[in-house]
Amino acid sequence: MDLFEHQGKELLARYGLPVPSGEVALSPSEAVAAAARLGLPVVVKAQVHTGGRGKAGGVKLAAGLDAVRGHASDILGLDISGHVVRRLWIEQASDIAEEYYASFTLDRSARKHLGMLSVEGGVEIETVAARDSGAVARIHIDPVDGLSPRACRQWVRAARIPEAAAGAVAGVLETLYRAYVDADADLVEVNPLIVTSAGEVVLLDSKITLDGNSTFRHDDYAIYDATQTRDEREQAAHAKGLQYVGLDGSVGVIANGAGLAMSTVDVVNQVGGRPANFLDIGGGANAEVMSNALEVISNDPAVRSILINIFGGITRGEEIANGIIEATGRVDIDSPIVIRLDGTNAAEGRDLLEPHLSDALTVEPTMLDAARRAVELAGAGPGRDLP
Amino acid sequence: MSIFVDGDTRVVYQGLTGAQGRYYGLLNLHYGTKVVAGTNPRKPGTDVDGVPIFATVADAAAATGATASCVFIPAPGVPGAVLEAAEAGMELVVVITEGVPAHDEAFLFNKLRRDHPAVRLLGPNCPGIITPGQCNIGITAGHIAEPGGPVGIVSRSGTLTYQALYELQQQQIGVTTCVGIGGDPVPGTTFVDCLAAFEADPETRAVMMIGEIGGSAEEDAADFIAGHMTKPVVAYVAGVTAPPGKKMGHAGAIVSGGKGTAAAKMEALAAAGARVGQNPTEAGDLMVEIVAAL
Repeated sequence: MDLFEHQGKELLARYGLPVPSGEVALSPSEAVAAAARLGLPVVVKAQVHTGGRGKAGGVKLAAGLDAVRGHASDILGLDISGHVVRRLWIEQASDIAEEYYASFTLDRSARKHLGMLSVEGGVEIETVAARDSGAVARIHIDPVDGLSPRACRQWVRAARIPEAAAGAVAGVLETLYRAYVDADADLVEVNPLIVTSAGEVVLLDSKITLDGNSTFRHDDYAIYDATQTRDEREQAAHAKGLQYVGLDGSVGVIANGAGLAMSTVDVVNQVGGRPANFLDIGGGANAEVMSNALEVISNDPAVRSILINIFGGITRGEEIANGIIEATGRVDIDSPIVIRLDGTNAAEGRDLLEPHLSDALTVEPTMLDAARRAVELAGAGPGRDLP
Repeated sequence: MSIFVDGDTRVVYQGLTGAQGRYYGLLNLHYGTKVVAGTNPRKPGTDVDGVPIFATVADAAAATGATASCVFIPAPGVPGAVLEAAEAGMELVVVITEGVPAHDEAFLFNKLRRDHPAVRLLGPNCPGIITPGQCNIGITAGHIAEPGGPVGIVSRSGTLTYQALYELQQQQIGVTTCVGIGGDPVPGTTFVDCLAAFEADPETRAVMMIGEIGGSAEEDAADFIAGHMTKPVVAYVAGVTAPPGKKMGHAGAIVSGGKGTAAAKMEALAAAGARVGQNPTEAGDLMVEIVAAL
């Protein structure tokens, strides 16, 4: 789950971390009212789940209320890498003397938390690291031990944070690590972490991704789930509890198991087609789940054919076939369906499907054959990205 | 021979009294697995179809000699269940449960390495492990696996593993052990752990590994294959066309910051000497070829 900047800052502020005051605005007049309450100058910031806001014109300083109104009108509706700006964060402008970079994430290969710190903040850390690998100080943190004050101070020294700010920065980082762990974050990135001319350390930006698996101990995360960026199809699938990712082609894909679904998407591409989606219906493949999946896919106007790729393990072929038959009866489907059914009692399952077969419902013996047939049926029809 | 489990492995099921635990635990029992006990702190002294229930793993181990546990406890209880099993002396802990937070997994991994280095954790979010004809722990359909050898299988994906087992069975090719390491960001057991075990197992003469996008476990496996494997390896990696930044079903299946792509993984594996299939069928065909030439 990706958080908007302001959600991240509000979360971090709960741990006592220093963030500038600000307010959310959904319209230019709300932006002006917020600025009047906060006091000028303010920064008008686009709230989107993507980087590169500054370059795209999504962050503007405003000295007067007219400028606030102008910037707010310009930024709302702006398309930043496919993300349309619908909300703004109006924030008191900060007086920046130094810009640093700080982040915590889970290093999967080291199986430890990884902290990164650099005196070169305000730009993309990948660029900094590529130019000079010594410019980023890394620290691996054992999740059992946590980040000790001593290790934190050494890390700050290794990053060559100036002496005057070192103590305050170390204090902020210790708290930031505690917030990262406590919030079950996949990523907490502060770029820039600034020092003001008055010598105060302030978190000027925040990029936070939370672990969707941790919601059982964070009741308040439902609010973040509701503000995720999803296209209409993804929203519909999410509401039905389906594992769905929208793609830009014309072959709808349904498979059981994440690996098989990924593999099916790959194979559709390999035989020259374009998948419209990734959809994993999990192990059972019963009529209920299958109906939901077919409904989501047939509501996608780009879909020209549907490929159902099911491997029966403990769930037998007959049960799967009955699920498909019942689901196709329940849902109104315009596109032809190609089924590949393999595994436990696949032959019995295919026998059950036999009387239902037609031009609109065919069965192919292998994954490759089924993909070829589905791609052929989708034709050279336009994908989502064509006019 | 086999790796990690065989016909003598005695298994306790943590969560045997729950719906999932009962369903799969009894399937495992009927397959022939020595399912010797279940645990539930509120139901000691009862039984599930004749399998005795104990309050704790320690009690179950003392009474039945169990050395492995299989965890069907809901995600919030997984860290506690795994540590309980480790403290009770289990050598292998298989966690089927999905949805365990990544921080819990990282904590568990490091805690076990420090305090219980002899314990092997498999999973979380894995289908389990099967040594066909002897022991099936988890949710794999036992009848699609051909006993014997010479192939060992290790995989991050459940259904693709079943697919591989089934295709080998169609060709009458046996499997020594099939290990599902699971699709989460911090699995207890890795490709490298399994490759090393298969390399040391005399009956395993070729290995099939099934990877997917995200992380660098396949690249680590490639390094191990180049440096330490004498046995042929066939590899398949799912997610070649996965869009960056999207989780493809599994918590760990995500391409982030240009890292973890299937293309890079396949390239690393091919450079290490593994035969890489472009799709599951091609990988199956490659394995059939290799087995025929053994």
